[in-house]
Amino acid sequence: MQVPAPFEYERATSVDHALALLQQLGPEARLLAGGYSLLPMMKLRLAAPEYLIDIDALAAELGYIREAVDRVHIGAMTRHRELLESELLASRLPIFTDAERVIADPVVRNRGTIGGALCQADPAEDLSAVCAAVGAQMLIRGPGGERTVTMQEFHRGPYETAVGPEEILIEVVVPLRSDSGSAYEKVERRVGDWAVAAAGAAVTLSGGTIERVGIALAAVGAGVTSSEAEQALTGKTPSDESLSEAARIAAENCSPATDQRGSAEYKRHAAGVLTERALRRAVARALGEEA
Amino acid sequence: MQVTVSVNGEEHTRDVEPRMLLVHFLRDELGMTGTHWGCDTSNCGTCVVLMDGEPVKSCTLLAATAAGHEVTTVEGLEVDGQLDPVQQGFTEMHGLQCGFCTPGMMLTARALLNRNPNPSDEEIREAISGQICRCTGYATIVRSIRWAAEHPAPAQQSSEEVTA
Repeated sequence: MQVPAPFEYERATSVDHALALLQQLGPEARLLAGGYSLLPMMKLRLAAPEYLIDIDALAAELGYIREAVDRVHIGAMTRHRELLESELLASRLPIFTDAERVIADPVVRNRGTIGGALCQADPAEDLSAVCAAVGAQMLIRGPGGERTVTMQEFHRGPYETAVGPEEILIEVVVPLRSDSGSAYEKVERRVGDWAVAAAGAAVTLSGGTIERVGIALAAVGAGVTSSEAEQALTGKTPSDESLSEAARIAAENCSPATDQRGSAEYKRHAAGVLTERALRRAVARALGEEA
Repeated sequence: MQVTVSVNGEEHTRDVEPRMLLVHFLRDELGMTGTHWGCDTSNCGTCVVLMDGEPVKSCTLLAATAAGHEVTTVEGLEVDGQLDPVQQGFTEMHGLQCGFCTPGMMLTARALLNRNPNPSDEEIREAISGQICRCTGYATIVRSIRWAAEHPAPAQQSSEEVTA
């Protein structure tokens, strides 16, 4: 029987209440959002917080997908299912829809949240790569007020983020750009499993060339974004050759590890193929050739 | 800590550790063993119950979190001796073999039909994709859910007509 180590339990009723509890209880307190990242870790005793602050009741306050003129605001407690079913994301940022289709299963997606996934920062987690590829910003609130960080600043490494012990991730802000397309490609051993390898791509075109490109891989030990591949593609015409070359560079610059999901060589190969596919679909969507 | 959970319309209060998972609260504290306990890793889905009408895996949910929500277990499907059409469907179409996955499958089916009274086979398969039948009896499970969709309970029929 897998049961978490003992902890003290608190229920937050608002963001301010959660912040006050974090200050009061100190660094051994953890926030519990949907629970599908943290509870399994606690059941395996890989995490053993002294205090658990349940923010289930914040789902109303922090569960939203709002469109502004040039950006989309996604509340940190927005659940996977809401991301998957969002027509706004499907039409303007389909990389989210692509990824959500292959994150866990419908029952897990009923509870798991974007903020929980990002803050857990599992190296095989998909939404970190999605947010990095589209250049999302993370809005974090703490006792001293709010601050906004890029994914490069947010993601410190496996299971480590810029969110301090007295802070909460409030929302994810995703820029909306015209003439843009995005896509996510993933290989898993079976439906709903963590990625063997995955790649996200977001492309903005201008006058027939690539003005901006974001490429981010998951589960293969890559950087927050694959910056060498992005540099190689920026300013180029999107052609079979240029996209394929960028994918090759992305695969070359990641460092997958051999484990039960596959050998390092296989994962590197898959990373290259998936990057190329994601780039092709992102370009096709930017050109309006694919939904 | 004192935890009060509403299960099938009835409130139950127990003094439990905060770390108690909902599946153990239901089985060990309330004696409601219809909710099965399987993989313990949120993969198999046999522990699925409905929380506010939506399927959740009760092995990955604290009983304390469920407080304030309405939980429905397989024991809550039958009302006044009348089987839920999903239960009847599993009987008619041989939807169970060993029966271990059945409670979770039926609750997911109920939630699906509440939202989408006439799902395609593909939609049914997608809805139960978070649940494992180790007898690999998926074809008959899909047929059972289809049967339930085609035979809604009289009360559900009339409420739909009123809505329409």
